[in-house]
Amino acid sequence: MTSHDLRSSKDRRGGRSPAPALLAAPVLLAVLAASTPGWADAAPGAAACTGCHGPAALGSAIPSLDGHAAEDIVAQMQAFRSGERKATVMDRIARGYTEEETRAIAEWLAKPEAARHAQP
Amino acid sequence: MPSRRALIGGAAASVAATVLAAPHARAQVQPQVVVVGGGFAGASCARALKQLDRDLAVTLIEPEAAYLACPFSNAVLAGLRGIEAQTFGYDRFGDIGLIRKGAVAFDAGRRRVRLDDGTDIAYARLVLAPGVDLRFDALSGYDEAAAEVMPHAWKAGPQTLLLRDQLTAMPDGGVVILSAPANPFRCPPGPYERASLIAHYLKTSKPRSKLIILDAKDAFSKQRLFEAAWRELYPGLIEWVPLSSGGRVTEVDPATRTLVTEFGSHKADIANVIPPQRAGRIAQSAGVADQTGWCPIDPITFESRLQPAIHVVGDAAIGGAMPKSAFSANAQAKACAAAVAALVRERQPASPKLINTCYSLVAPGYGISIAGVYQPRDGLLAEVEGAGGTSPLEAPLSVRELEAAYAEDWFRTITSEVFG
Repeated sequence: MTSHDLRSSKDRRGGRSPAPALLAAPVLLAVLAASTPGWADAAPGAAACTGCHGPAALGSAIPSLDGHAAEDIVAQMQAFRSGERKATVMDRIARGYTEEETRAIAEWLAKPEAARHAQP
Repeated sequence: MPSRRALIGGAAASVAATVLAAPHARAQVQPQVVVVGGGFAGASCARALKQLDRDLAVTLIEPEAAYLACPFSNAVLAGLRGIEAQTFGYDRFGDIGLIRKGAVAFDAGRRRVRLDDGTDIAYARLVLAPGVDLRFDALSGYDEAAAEVMPHAWKAGPQTLLLRDQLTAMPDGGVVILSAPANPFRCPPGPYERASLIAHYLKTSKPRSKLIILDAKDAFSKQRLFEAAWRELYPGLIEWVPLSSGGRVTEVDPATRTLVTEFGSHKADIANVIPPQRAGRIAQSAGVADQTGWCPIDPITFESRLQPAIHVVGDAAIGGAMPKSAFSANAQAKACAAAVAALVRERQPASPKLINTCYSLVAPGYGISIAGVYQPRDGLLAEVEGAGGTSPLEAPLSVRELEAAYAEDWFRTITSEVFG
């Protein structure tokens, strides 16, 4: 659909491993353990993503980041950084983040949707 | 400063807000964070604070019933979009305490803000998002009355419609002059996007007309991209006069719609004067603006360098390398909210990492962008080297079309995040 579409990459690696299920338990625990919901524990930089990447329900050409495994996001950011994946703006933005920063952001983004787009 | 009666009123209002906000929360220890200003920065910050910590009592002070967004307002004055697409209400702010009053005085020592009805509101931390004020003392002859003849249209609303209506009424063959200020000002690519979209209107509706940009600078944002697109789309229509060629306007005469520069004078059929700017009035009254007119801040917490427990976000702040944009305002507001939420719970704020992306439309379906990634360095927000930059100078039309589509969708996403 667009050069930004994360879902296509997900399909490419479809059925490769049960990683998402294994990840789900610690993520759920982390959310339950947090004394405050939302992005209090978000990695630095993570909050900036949602200025463009909104909830899936908006139907934007800019894809939602909801429902993506952390590994997916890390891989796509790496592909943007290296230029392997063509982009209009994400290549320029991805180069501003280290591997560690990207991973921390991706792990936060992979948390349940309610943790990020919760209405006050 | 506050009278006894006003203080009692303030306490009562505060308790009421607490009860409404979180009926079964720890009311006694609920820290009160007050945000002044309901634009991209302030509304983002209030919302983010409540998302970060539901037990915070968050109050948003904004006297207007609706916000008129500047991004895409250039499309309104070129007749490509209705003003209603720029208008956002405050009815979707959940349990954020919304007070429709103006803030008129600040007592940083006692941590109180006074409203225009005399009420005082106490805070643990105060966030100011006053935006910009247009300086009506900077260009000789350009005051608020002159702006009714020579609109600035640099705050969306009646001024946008005034300039639009002037363009609609102008006969073919007219001369439109746009005067752009020196840095820093709100929306650095804005004057050039505006010139582009006015040129689009002239080309399609009044092709014998001309547009002159009188500029107080010798360089501007996305310059090579704009100039290449102007040569391609609007040959001979736009003339850019830089500072070194006498572009700086020093004086205007609204009676004759004349703009005077250091090198001569220009008579316009329509004069769009974008004057120099400074932090909004509220920044001056809170004592957080310095001699430059803008607000120095700590780049991690956005706390004022001049007043304790007062934070400043958005266009009014000295954002270092970050441009004054709605995107920056939203990103800064979320970073500031994270810092404030930590500080009121006596936790150490984390160092933020911020993004800005500014799209400009050169024509319908033709978008270009500039992006940057920022982090604190040497007491300022500095650009992360190796990242950011503009759209490529050479690109197929499909890329320009994609960026125009992303521009529209960015606006939909950010306004939905900020205003609900």
